[in-house]
Amino acid sequence: MLPLTLLGIVLLSLVAFALCRGHALALAAGRQAALHSRPAYHGLYALLWVLLAGIGVFAALDIALSGLFDNLIRGRIDTRAPDLSPIQQSLVYSDAVKLITGGVVSTDDALRREIGALWASYNGWRIALVSAGGLVAAGIAFYRAWAQIALNFRARNRAERMLRGMLWTAATIAILTTLGIVLSLIGETLIFFQRIGWQVDAFLFGTTWSPLAGVSEGALDPTKVGAIPLFVGTLMITIIAMCVAVPVGLFAAIYLADFASAKTRSWAKPLLEILAGVPTVVYGYFAAITVAPALRDFGSAVGLSIASESALAAGVVMGIMIIPFISSLSDDVINSVPQSLRDGSYGLGATRAETVRKVVIPAALPGIVSACLLGTSRAIGETMIVVMAAGQGANMTFNPLDAVTTVTVQIVMLITGDTEADVAAAPAFTLGFTLFCVTLALNVVALRVVRRYREMYD
Amino acid sequence: MTSIDFTALSAKHTSDATRARLRKRYWAEVRLKAYGIIAIAFAAAALLLLGSTIVTKTLSVTHEYYLQLEPRIEASERDMERLTSDNPRLRANLRRPVSESLQAAVPGEISRRDGRALTGIVSANAGLELGDLAKADNSLVGQTVAFDALLDDNTQLYLRGAFGRPQPINSSETANVIVAEGQPVVVEVGPAALSEVFAVLRAERSFQAERAAAERDRQQNAVDVTIDQIGEASDPEQIALLERRLDAYERARDAAEARRTELRRQATVRREITFEMGEDDATLFINIGGGWLKAETVERERVTGAFLEPIPAGTYAEGSWQALMIERPEARRPISDRQVVWIENFDAQGKIVQKVNSRLLEASDSASAELAGIWGAIVGSFWTMVVTFSLAFPLGVMAAIYLEEFAPKNRVTDLIEVNINNLAAVPSIVFGLLGLAIFVAGVDITLFGTEITIGGFLPRSSPMAGGAVLALMTLPTIIIAGRASIRAVPPSIRDAALGLGASRLQTAVHHVLPLAMPGILTGSIIGMAQALGETAPLLLVGMNSFIQEPPGDPFSPGNVLPTLIYQWNSNSERLFDDKTAAAISVLLIFLVAMNALAVLLRKRFERRW
Repeated sequence: MLPLTLLGIVLLSLVAFALCRGHALALAAGRQAALHSRPAYHGLYALLWVLLAGIGVFAALDIALSGLFDNLIRGRIDTRAPDLSPIQQSLVYSDAVKLITGGVVSTDDALRREIGALWASYNGWRIALVSAGGLVAAGIAFYRAWAQIALNFRARNRAERMLRGMLWTAATIAILTTLGIVLSLIGETLIFFQRIGWQVDAFLFGTTWSPLAGVSEGALDPTKVGAIPLFVGTLMITIIAMCVAVPVGLFAAIYLADFASAKTRSWAKPLLEILAGVPTVVYGYFAAITVAPALRDFGSAVGLSIASESALAAGVVMGIMIIPFISSLSDDVINSVPQSLRDGSYGLGATRAETVRKVVIPAALPGIVSACLLGTSRAIGETMIVVMAAGQGANMTFNPLDAVTTVTVQIVMLITGDTEADVAAAPAFTLGFTLFCVTLALNVVALRVVRRYREMYD
Repeated sequence: MTSIDFTALSAKHTSDATRARLRKRYWAEVRLKAYGIIAIAFAAAALLLLGSTIVTKTLSVTHEYYLQLEPRIEASERDMERLTSDNPRLRANLRRPVSESLQAAVPGEISRRDGRALTGIVSANAGLELGDLAKADNSLVGQTVAFDALLDDNTQLYLRGAFGRPQPINSSETANVIVAEGQPVVVEVGPAALSEVFAVLRAERSFQAERAAAERDRQQNAVDVTIDQIGEASDPEQIALLERRLDAYERARDAAEARRTELRRQATVRREITFEMGEDDATLFINIGGGWLKAETVERERVTGAFLEPIPAGTYAEGSWQALMIERPEARRPISDRQVVWIENFDAQGKIVQKVNSRLLEASDSASAELAGIWGAIVGSFWTMVVTFSLAFPLGVMAAIYLEEFAPKNRVTDLIEVNINNLAAVPSIVFGLLGLAIFVAGVDITLFGTEITIGGFLPRSSPMAGGAVLALMTLPTIIIAGRASIRAVPPSIRDAALGLGASRLQTAVHHVLPLAMPGILTGSIIGMAQALGETAPLLLVGMNSFIQEPPGDPFSPGNVLPTLIYQWNSNSERLFDDKTAAAISVLLIFLVAMNALAVLLRKRFERRW
């Protein structure tokens, strides 16, 4: 029903366009120059108003009424069955809805039937009110736009102002997204800290991570929410990844920029770009199926015990994933070092290697450092490789051959596990918030480094 | 004016020290170059290894195996109802005709337990497929038909050699089969026949001895630790407990040591010896015609065992009999020796056929590895991409137009730009958390004393929710690409339009945007390709559910290719490993196609001003 109403509003706006355009044409009576705006702009003005008013009222009414009726039903359940826990009450609610819409219910009793009937009547009211409100608003908007049409009505300017407003709204989505991220993460983070009695240090410096083990009556056990093992695991895998990615990426970039022939560049650069285009889930598969067993077998052949979910395997594959990132960013900055600097160095008798080491790299250093920082931020936030190839248990270890877990793995485990969403969400979002802050800080520092230390040529 | 001694100067450049220095400097250059080549070779090798892993595993599942059976279709009343119903969802499972035809295909009577093992070599779905056959043509009921039954995933893996198939070993002697009532069957062979078997068994024993030694050392360690604990303990009760524990450790140590000694002896002694073939040993078969004997004890010139399929007693000349061995012990493979014999006999009779695995592309997810396919995930990915594109593209283009053509230089604009650049670097999993909180679960906020929920309007696991999250992630990419290509349109175009009296919006929409469109599309396609491969945020909004039907619309639950790859990879059934590679291949083909389209667009329409 509601989608039909939306369709109706859209149709009405098209009708408004056609009618208002016709009305303007009729007013002009064959002398289009008499109109301030071309007829289509009169139509467009009406169309925009009908759409904005109709959909705006529709959405506002829908949100308001859903919230209102939701609260009324919850209130009714609470008065009918005050001794049920909140979780049971929501179960009653969802069962009651399923009784009406058809679905598998856990139990069928008088209470559920009553609530179901209530929901059905409220839902009917909501649909009727929302549809009526949306259509009436669209109609009023149409009428107003129609009434405004006149020879000297500045329809184009008005319509363009509305369109510019829409463009501006689209541009602010970026701000809204950031706001949404921060708000949604902070909300649950606060709940989390409230549940551990505001012992922030227990989270930041504790060494036992098992947040779902000590849950009782909505409070978490502060001795079991220490995130240090996760931080150590993340750090270790990141360091391993960077140990692979930085030398390989950097040397590849130097070679491609200053030594390779055009022919080599023409195949080597796309090769690195292919590595960048491979989805992370594929790297995860590669790590879990090929690299980790190979490392484990190699280890047992030389007498080392390497866990099949070792940090080493995940780290190496993550390093391979980050190579193209480092190499393409470094390549850009190395190429942007002016040729005159190199020529000067050659002129003084330096070899190419000396020029690279003593002139090009120092000149490109801020860019290279920033590339490494951005790569690190990527490694910290990378999820699929570690979810598929790293461990899940929070071991506190500094041995890269052991299984470790990371912040991102724990987020995925908490959210996709079968624990109550209410309980698992708080620690997961807190980890997410930590991750967001760290990666954001790294990005900001990386940009600062470039801006502050960049050599200005030309 | 001082005169320069050029001879001395040139001598300076030819001195030994200079030569050495020069060599060193050039050597440094060679080294740097070599590092670069090694780096690129490393990247290439990684890519090659990745590609070859996926290609070989994909090639192994391009075909699936069927067993040719001749079941007589008989249907119960309930089955008949389903067979004659018009509803295609009502499928009859004709399990019984399939298992009866299987039993008819093997010689001899079969016990109930063996019967289950025999039925286990074909897929549990075979009965349903026979039902489909009968449903398509009801006249087949009551008749004997030729039917190809899909084999179980483990059988298929076995046929591809994943657990090792029986390997023939030296049988260049005559074999004498002696069958006596109530006695184990004895096969007497020449002395050279079993030398290979002995080599394998000795190696195995020596390996088992090493394991026993490790076990002994572990127990010894426990003994030492416990002795120390007893020394430190003071509580008599605790001491008693520790002493009991010590006793148990010592017994375990001695048992391990005894086992090790015996195994070591078997591994080294070359004289007459009897090998008992246990659960942890390789399997030795004697195969004569369709008859199979499984060895229980092996001696130098004779094998004792039991028939899996009977062999007539008698003497068999060289070449008419075969000794076969599977090195992987029965306990460590899902296909038992009994099943091996059935499968090998079917294969020898030519009843096992391969067909192209179209199921992989046409079927949706399933709990049975041999039935699972990726069609549902492809449909889910399609809907998700439709949602992502229809949200991100218009918004991205609008934002790009605003920022390039209209935005005044002020705080808000700066804030927007900073935000776009930062969002591009936010980890994808954080977007998943955002989507979970805002789109799926909703955020509870207390306003004026009443609790209201903001968001939570999209169903969990739906392409709609996944697409919305991916749209937010793709938006920065599209905006950045859009701005770059709008900026590339020369100002002269704008000036001309403005000069002719167009408004700024008309200039932007009628003149700048069409010229910038190829660039925007290229950027958008690359952004969509990234979104197509994205996994982590979709896991969080529940797109990793087990869903056996392709979603009919963006609001019903579905999964996408990357999450299916993740789900299959975490499944313990081994055939899923290979099918995962096939799903990855399909995903990569889509990605390559999208990137190729982007390159083509760029080549075809990009204009340099």
